[in-house]
Amino acid sequence: MDRYEHIIAQGKELPAAQEAIKTDDNLIRGCQSKVWMTAEKREGLVYFTADSDAIITRGLVALLLRVCNGLPPEVLAQANFGFLADIGLTEHLSPTRANGLQSMMKQIRLYGLAFQAQN
Amino acid sequence: MYNVEAIRAEFPILQQTVHGRPLVYLDNAATTQKPRSVIQAIVNHYENNNSNVHRGNHTLSQRATDAFEATRGKLQRHLNAAFEHEIIYTTGTTGAINLVAHGFRSLLGPGDEVLVSQLEHHSNLVPWQMLAQHSGATLRYIPILPDGSLDLDEAQRLINPKTKLLAFNHISNALGTVNPVKQLTDWAHAVGACVLVDGAQGMAHRRVDVQALGVDFYTASAHKMYAPTGIGLLYGKTEWLEKLPPYQGGGEMIATVTMGLSTYAPLPFKFEAGTPNIEAVVGWGAAMDWVSALGMDALLAHESELMAYGTEQLTAIEGLVLFGTTADKAAVLSFGFANVHPYDLGTLLDQQGVAVRSGQHCAQPIMDYYRITGTVRASFAAYSNHDDVDRLIAAINRAMRMLN
Repeated sequence: MDRYEHIIAQGKELPAAQEAIKTDDNLIRGCQSKVWMTAEKREGLVYFTADSDAIITRGLVALLLRVCNGLPPEVLAQANFGFLADIGLTEHLSPTRANGLQSMMKQIRLYGLAFQAQN
Repeated sequence: MYNVEAIRAEFPILQQTVHGRPLVYLDNAATTQKPRSVIQAIVNHYENNNSNVHRGNHTLSQRATDAFEATRGKLQRHLNAAFEHEIIYTTGTTGAINLVAHGFRSLLGPGDEVLVSQLEHHSNLVPWQMLAQHSGATLRYIPILPDGSLDLDEAQRLINPKTKLLAFNHISNALGTVNPVKQLTDWAHAVGACVLVDGAQGMAHRRVDVQALGVDFYTASAHKMYAPTGIGLLYGKTEWLEKLPPYQGGGEMIATVTMGLSTYAPLPFKFEAGTPNIEAVVGWGAAMDWVSALGMDALLAHESELMAYGTEQLTAIEGLVLFGTTADKAAVLSFGFANVHPYDLGTLLDQQGVAVRSGQHCAQPIMDYYRITGTVRASFAAYSNHDDVDRLIAAINRAMRMLN
């Protein structure tokens, strides 16, 4: 439960995204909680904006963004997110559709690939 | 005397800890756990009797066939069907409903109406949508009321001479509402409509007498009643089963096969193409014996007492909203809190060893009705006890302190 205290705290700290990003186009469908995500490239580095309707998912999103924001596209394209297992969150790496996190990691890689292709 | 502790001891899976806490299993509406006698029956089948059914004339095949058909007899008696051949083995409720919906493609056309309810899970919704698409029939819906019951006035208005088929659940998996099967069936029959009742939850949590209810079809999934997954039944009145064309073609379902044309086997085999899920049927037989030994009345009285206790304890939690508040409810408590996502609550309950279902329960139209993303659902079975309820309540309180 301590880990979840931490994740929830992370979720509460993540700045709420503008309602404008919460469109169907930006929706990463999970089975239960929704995640919206967009990305932009500034000076060769990728920055994400994301939000979720569930607080635990928001916390996981915050953890992911903290690691991924400001990285070059080629690094994101190859990201493996093994750190989630290192901090005891292996269950979130399983291909369950419950929180949409798998889809989100895939989306981060796809953004990396897309921005890489622009270079 | 109902000895719930002795019953729990018969379920090996309940003797474990999850996240360091003794498991509290309250996801019984999704699937129930299996008593040792059911597990043993499956092991015994493979260790001693495994063989294909209905074909070989050797001893093993005879034993396997006897066990396979004995279960059909138990199910016939449990549901009080008029004939054994009115019990068709299917893959489950979903398989049974698809069998009927597929058969109706050739019986319906434009101008005909199929009536379902807003209270259905997707298994009793999507097959009818597909039927409507294929046949040109119109799909109509009985709406629900705020307490989670069907709007019976509206149902009576919607049932009309164009109604050819009425399909609804006996018990709602999402809310626990018990529907008035007999009343709706009588109304539908008065206009000559066929009635299918989805008993995925119903068979496990109410006594079912298909002849007294008068339904034309009744479906069930074995795994929701202490039996293995992958097996279920379609009960159908003989006249309807004769009228419906076969669903799938293959072995077991034919009488004669030539290069030109095949003739079909008599009931029930007409609808049982291919090698069936024999071990699951054998396990189901053991599960029916287990339920009989326990006594359906004792089981239902136990669940009813737990529902009263659980409702009282849950509704005492500040801010908790209970969805489904009809007087007649079975084994399901569906709830939520404003501004708390069911996924968050479900995750934190799991972290405390409490297994519940969170989400839409495959019944999106109901969630749309209440304008919510989903609920948390605690559901009971024969082995559920007061301690399960108390642990649930404590876990909810702890989770809500974290989320607020």
